[in-house]
Amino acid sequence: MADIAVHEGAHAHEHDAHGAHATSTGLSNNKLAMWLFLGTECLLFGGLISTYMLYRGRLGNGPGPGQVFDIPLTSISSFILLMSSLTMVLAVNAAKEGDDRNTRVWLSATALLGALFVGGQVYEFTAFYQEGLGFTTSLFGSSFFTLTGFHGVHVSLGIIMLMALVGIITRSKVPGDKAEVVELIGLYWHFVDVVWVVIFTLVYLIPA
Amino acid sequence: MAIIERPSAVPTFAGAGANAPAVVTPTQGLGVFKRPVAASGWKSWVFTVDHKKLGIMYGVVSMFFFLVGGVEALLIRLQLAAPDNTVLSAQVYNEMFTMHATTMVFLFVMPMAAAFANYFLPLQIGARDVAFPRINALGFWLFLFGGIFINTSWVLGGAADGGWFMYSPNSSPLFSPGHGVDFWVLGLQITGIASLVGAINLIVTVLNMRAPGMKLMHMPMFTWMVLVVQFLLAFAMPVITVALFLLGFERNFGATFFNVDAGADPLLWQHLFWIFGHPEVYIIILPSFGIISEVLPVFARKPLFGYKFVVFSGAGIGFLGWGVWAHHMFASGLGPVSVAVFSVATMLIAIPTGVKIVNWTLTLWGGKLWFTTAMKFAIGVIVLFTIGGVTGVTHAVAPSDTQQTDTYHIVGHFHFVIVGGAVMGLFAGLYYWWPKMFGKTLNEKLGGWNFWLMFWGISITFGAMHIVGMQGQPRRMVVWPEKLTGEGFFNLHFWNQVATWGAFTIAVGVAFFIVNVVVTARKKERAPLDPWDARTLEWITASPPKEHNFDVIPTVHALDEFFHRKYEEVEHEDGHVKLMKVKTAEEILAEEEARADAHIHLPSPSYWPIVLAFGLPIIAYGVIYNLILSFVGAAIVLLAGFGWALEPSVAEDSDYDPPAGGDSTKELATIG
Amino acid sequence: MSAVTEHTDHGTEAHDHADHGSHPTTLTFVKVAIILAVITALETSTYWWVEDAHTVAMITLFICMAIKFVMILLWFMHLKWDSKLFSLMFYIGVGLAIAVYIVALMTFHFFA
Repeated sequence: MADIAVHEGAHAHEHDAHGAHATSTGLSNNKLAMWLFLGTECLLFGGLISTYMLYRGRLGNGPGPGQVFDIPLTSISSFILLMSSLTMVLAVNAAKEGDDRNTRVWLSATALLGALFVGGQVYEFTAFYQEGLGFTTSLFGSSFFTLTGFHGVHVSLGIIMLMALVGIITRSKVPGDKAEVVELIGLYWHFVDVVWVVIFTLVYLIPA
Repeated sequence: MAIIERPSAVPTFAGAGANAPAVVTPTQGLGVFKRPVAASGWKSWVFTVDHKKLGIMYGVVSMFFFLVGGVEALLIRLQLAAPDNTVLSAQVYNEMFTMHATTMVFLFVMPMAAAFANYFLPLQIGARDVAFPRINALGFWLFLFGGIFINTSWVLGGAADGGWFMYSPNSSPLFSPGHGVDFWVLGLQITGIASLVGAINLIVTVLNMRAPGMKLMHMPMFTWMVLVVQFLLAFAMPVITVALFLLGFERNFGATFFNVDAGADPLLWQHLFWIFGHPEVYIIILPSFGIISEVLPVFARKPLFGYKFVVFSGAGIGFLGWGVWAHHMFASGLGPVSVAVFSVATMLIAIPTGVKIVNWTLTLWGGKLWFTTAMKFAIGVIVLFTIGGVTGVTHAVAPSDTQQTDTYHIVGHFHFVIVGGAVMGLFAGLYYWWPKMFGKTLNEKLGGWNFWLMFWGISITFGAMHIVGMQGQPRRMVVWPEKLTGEGFFNLHFWNQVATWGAFTIAVGVAFFIVNVVVTARKKERAPLDPWDARTLEWITASPPKEHNFDVIPTVHALDEFFHRKYEEVEHEDGHVKLMKVKTAEEILAEEEARADAHIHLPSPSYWPIVLAFGLPIIAYGVIYNLILSFVGAAIVLLAGFGWALEPSVAEDSDYDPPAGGDSTKELATIG
Repeated sequence: MSAVTEHTDHGTEAHDHADHGSHPTTLTFVKVAIILAVITALETSTYWWVEDAHTVAMITLFICMAIKFVMILLWFMHLKWDSKLFSLMFYIGVGLAIAVYIVALMTFHFFA
């Protein structure tokens, strides 16, 4: 539901550039909702990560993590996702300065890096499948694909939001406070990156 | 949230909803659709984002599901009324108890609490709407469509049959080959999204939309308890989401997450379910606690005893509720350490609960009690919940619990707390707030019948269940055989019949409520503005409240703000300081109307919540029948998302009537 | 406008508007990104020496993960400058998730 929360460009008017007008805490409704949403997402990914941790050693007749993981490749895609956080931050900065052109440039860069990451994931999944690890091969396979798949879907949703935002900014149709909308999508994007930081370490780097 | 300027209404004295909504013409097309602006008729309900209308819709729909779940309960009791009975087949019986629980928990108690929360939370904190009105509407439609979706399984090959906690392997394709469990999984995902977005919305509303001066410790107790519940919902829902996804993948895509054959741990499901499930228990009960914490002080004519203790014990229950889930799993072989830890944690949670019961009792102590129906229900909660709570504490003792697990004793226990605690509390709320919502007071005489039949029905039905449970009758068994009936006073035959008679007594009690609603709707006499001499901010508004709730956003100075506006301390001749009523509710409302805000800004209706919500059951049907359908549903969701995102937060000038622009005071403000 | 005016009388809640004036510069963020990249490189390097020094590698990995996690939150997500209420919302989620799932895994003797 992130896209809804994000686009819920509520209290934003010309004289209210920070969207934090007339609330009891002085904070923006949208940002508060987004942070709360991200907090709840921790429970979602926590559950998926725990499932994976519990099942990662249960290989059935299939290959194990040590046989299929390609750490150099995943390191590169992790690095790409990390750098997309930097471009996202730069987009937020540009948006705060009211610089539409650079906002669009950095948002597009972020979307591109995200797409590279998802592409890497698709490549990785294909390779694993060819090496004999399908979704139903073993509990390790099921829980691995479920966890990384959920993360991949989150990244993909983020890309859709980023591209939609670029389009909307181009046509000057941003509902509400532009800088805040960019910031909200940025929060979501960074969160997806944070989740990957945890997955990269717990799933890929720590040997089963 | 789009915001529409509307001209100030002509002030009317205590005008019960007399203010005609301003006309807004949809001159400006928005995308392919025009903004829905109907102020009356079905469109004004279907596209509404008004928290009060949504609250009423939540209430009506959950009442409907209450009747559905009630009929299911009666069928179960009919089946168990006699030995070796054949009212229901084993399969239908399994579906019946699964759907009874699912309906009552997810489609009645939770949304009924959401109904009150939606309607009264903004009123109690002095806001004109919630923080995200469109998300509020989305929550309602998701709940409705999700509930309908689950129940369509009855006619599409049979409902879910694994019990409401759907333990593996009963939920696996092997033991439940039909689509029932799939409907259950997907339907709960949909209502789960409703709960999650609703929770985020209400938390932000409480934190951010309070009227000036409404400090956290000035908030009415109902608002407080709803806040705690929303935090529980927000963080518990994702856990069940994970569990449901895993189960769905197992059933539909060949994964083996809970399949022992494939080396899985079926206990994983139990953990995920109960990590959600135990907070869920408090999600069910705390709104009722909040309601009776409003009702008791009003009808005892005393402030709530130990307000802060009740607040913090409520928050404490919410916190501890996360650390006790495994007490549902004592019989599953967790190992002695886990059992001991969870046993102790469970006993701890009795402390804040006990604090609340003591506070309510002391609120009554020395008060001038006024036994209205609402008050009777509230006192009924104290009595019945305490009985259920006491057996609950005994279940914390693992060795004793192991004996009672999966017997009717457990069923009796949790029905005492849920029906005696949560449902009775919701009825207290209905009788207490009815005049505020509809401007008419429910009939007290019929209310008395409603209360006493329910009270005795609950006591008899679930009391009898404790007995048959202690005699060893397992839950979820389609028959109890004649030869195992036993002898003497505690024979199963007699007490099962008692339970069935009790269940029908409850049903008659509920029927009295429905009769009461009809009788009340048909009578002309309107309720006084402040029929109960109430204490909290929602009673400062007209009955029913105007579309914009408050003519002036009130400035709050104290807990029980409305009470303090009516009563002042006056010194008598003999030196005694006494509380004297200095103003009536009518006078206060007239004052407010006299200085009403010139320009009140309300969120405008929207098509997108219902359209977006409509896409999700289509996705779900697609998962069961044909994935192509899922893509259609996903496309609807995506398109609705874009429509939603592009809907301007500030309505176009030409949307106003008269059109805004030039010198007109088109000053747009956030609501609340 | 209506009586809805600024009312920030809730002493317990933060009202940091630090990022209204001077939010961190691009350079700060680039520095943070470089640090994150270096840490990721260090993490990845354990892949080649984890067999030799298992305990050291594990501790390194967990510390690196924690540092990256916190750095992204504090700098990229602005929690360093933003209201404490935002942090609270998020940390409740993180805290609950860590607590309940670790306890659940413990009942499976996962850490034994």
